[in-house]
Amino acid sequence: MDYFTQQLINGLVLGSIYGLIAIGYTMVYGIVGMINFAHGDVFMIGGFIALITFLLLISTGLTAIPVILLIVLLVSMAITALYGWTIERIAYRPLRHSFRLAPMLSAIGMSFVLTNYSQVAQGARVKPIPPFITGGYTLHESADGFVIQLSNIQIMVVVTTIVLLAIFTWLVSRTRLGRDMRACEQDQTMAALLGVNVDRTISMTFVIGAALAAVAGLMYLLYYGLVDFFMGFVAGIKAFTAAVLGGIGSLPGAMLGGLAIGLIETFWSAYFSVEYKDVAAFSILIVVLIFMPTGLLGRPEVEKV
Amino acid sequence: MTPKSATGIPALLKTAFVNALIALVLFSLMVGIRTEAGSDGQLTYWTRFGEVAALVAAVFGGSIVIELLRQWIGPAGADKLVPPVVQSGMSFVGRYLAPVLLVFTVMVPVIFYDQRYILDLGILVLTYVMLGWGLNVVVGLAGLLDLGYVAFYAVGAYSYALLATNFGWSFWVCLPLAGILAAFWGVLLGFPVLRLRGDYLAIVTLAFGEIIRLVIINWQDLTGGPNGVSGIPRPSFFGIPLDNSDSGLAAKLGIEYSSSHRIVFLFYLILALALLTNWVTIRLRRLPIGRAWEALREDEVACRALGINTTTTKLTAFATGAMFGGFAGAFFATRQGFISPESFTFQESALVLAIVVLGGMGSQLGVALAALAMIGGFELFRSLETYRMLVFGMAMVLIMIWRPRGLIGHRAPTVYLTKAQAISSDLVKEGHG
Repeated sequence: MDYFTQQLINGLVLGSIYGLIAIGYTMVYGIVGMINFAHGDVFMIGGFIALITFLLLISTGLTAIPVILLIVLLVSMAITALYGWTIERIAYRPLRHSFRLAPMLSAIGMSFVLTNYSQVAQGARVKPIPPFITGGYTLHESADGFVIQLSNIQIMVVVTTIVLLAIFTWLVSRTRLGRDMRACEQDQTMAALLGVNVDRTISMTFVIGAALAAVAGLMYLLYYGLVDFFMGFVAGIKAFTAAVLGGIGSLPGAMLGGLAIGLIETFWSAYFSVEYKDVAAFSILIVVLIFMPTGLLGRPEVEKV
Repeated sequence: MTPKSATGIPALLKTAFVNALIALVLFSLMVGIRTEAGSDGQLTYWTRFGEVAALVAAVFGGSIVIELLRQWIGPAGADKLVPPVVQSGMSFVGRYLAPVLLVFTVMVPVIFYDQRYILDLGILVLTYVMLGWGLNVVVGLAGLLDLGYVAFYAVGAYSYALLATNFGWSFWVCLPLAGILAAFWGVLLGFPVLRLRGDYLAIVTLAFGEIIRLVIINWQDLTGGPNGVSGIPRPSFFGIPLDNSDSGLAAKLGIEYSSSHRIVFLFYLILALALLTNWVTIRLRRLPIGRAWEALREDEVACRALGINTTTTKLTAFATGAMFGGFAGAFFATRQGFISPESFTFQESALVLAIVVLGGMGSQLGVALAALAMIGGFELFRSLETYRMLVFGMAMVLIMIWRPRGLIGHRAPTVYLTKAQAISSDLVKEGHG
């Protein structure tokens, strides 16, 4: 039971990271109707920028951890958001009215560009950082000596995710931008006729998605203590799986799906085999799509002739 | 990159300046600061402001050039139909290009008999031509986007490698088996994903490709895991080995043995396999099943209304494509003599898909030319190992923007009323899965 609780905590933390990435996928899919294949790599870029900002700040002699964290968070969100904006601008906007495969293939190309760009720019080796946030709480110690740990970093990941989700939900449901986004999701032509700047709204969608991915990258960096240029691919597919599982296009669904994938992966590693954890996650994707093509919270798509 | 198309010099400079500023922010940390883990595990960094400055200057200059070109060419016209002059020219070239290319390909081992490098490159190109033609059945004809084609390639390669190393079966027995096994996996994958459309199908096939690769890596007892399978037997000339022994082909024919014999044999083997793929595809396109594939690509709902069984149609497309992938895989295994999971990554799938798309989906000649261009281009960039995939990715994006329908963006329709007229592939719909 203690082991189970510990895995539950680990799974929820991992799931929060996946959920943050999944929101980027699901938002873009909801509005533009394309799989932003490069989103996993945007997450990777976010991790790298966080790492570099950390290094720079530490070398300036700054020691206040909350200040450092805040600056790193803001810098990585801002620059990664600009990456998201540029990617949409270069690779997707010219193809908006092209045939359906075109943006998908362009996105795959963009994913290669980003992966290899960071390999060329930062080298192929894994970049570790020393544990930055240490300490934690012992929740419970059982008779046989098994300890349930809740580390500070885990608390931080979950709290940050919740805060961001709250801000994000407010953004989508209460602001002008959110209303524009929802309008574009339903009918772009009609939204444009009613004075919504569709191009700008789509750009903002990519910006927000990239900023959330940057936060996920930072969390990943803090939680695992390393980044490498290839981490975006697998994380991206898993986050997409999460988005599909939750019902693509649905924002709460993306978070729910992220948590589900995180839990499945953690429990699979804990009780079955670590080697096949990715196989388990991908199999879930296939199984979900067979039996529940609309996901947990998605709406069925009706095709009109 | 800015919203409004700039006119006049000040606007032009402003656009370029904004783009350069964006580039400065983008590259400042990622390129300007180089991090590396030291020997003691501590991260160190050093600055590279020169590179950033060069990149920003390149973006500044590049955006001026692009903007000027855009104004010079004018707004992109929406030419849907290929103009008649170009059309007749293209069909003239098209009529004679394929036979000329074929004759040239057959002659390659004769012309370049001693040049091992060119023969090896030719074999590589032909392997990708075959893979491209195989995937073309799935993507080009049936309109099902398959991002995990490399899985079938892997199944074929491992089938031959394991059967040959464990049971000593000959290549010619294993070749059909590899095809059948790959087709079987194609059906296995096809069954669950038939209900999916477009993008979902793409992601599921991608996941399937990854699953196959991960299983190969982790099932060490069977596949040798990351170490791969080595010592895979070389192919024989229908039972006669191509070696220096007394029972070898050279001895039997009474000619002097040369190591080029095997390379030439491999060249003709893959050429034959590729032509078989092409022939079967062309034949199938004229059969009801091939027409059903193309109809499925154009409109799935209409297909159903006309009583086409979409399930079997999709399954046969998947299985046929997978079978050719399996053949190519078996050939790959026997050529290399060693296979490992590293040869079957997603990059391979993307490369083959890029060949099919670049070739103009559905065009057999286009796929062959695209394979030649892609693999040849890869060879040219061989010295720039790390930049190769970067350039490949950029090329993919640029091709999609510039010519989303591929370089050979037109093809003769399979079915026509009075005369075959080349149509722009803008008019050929992609399937929705």
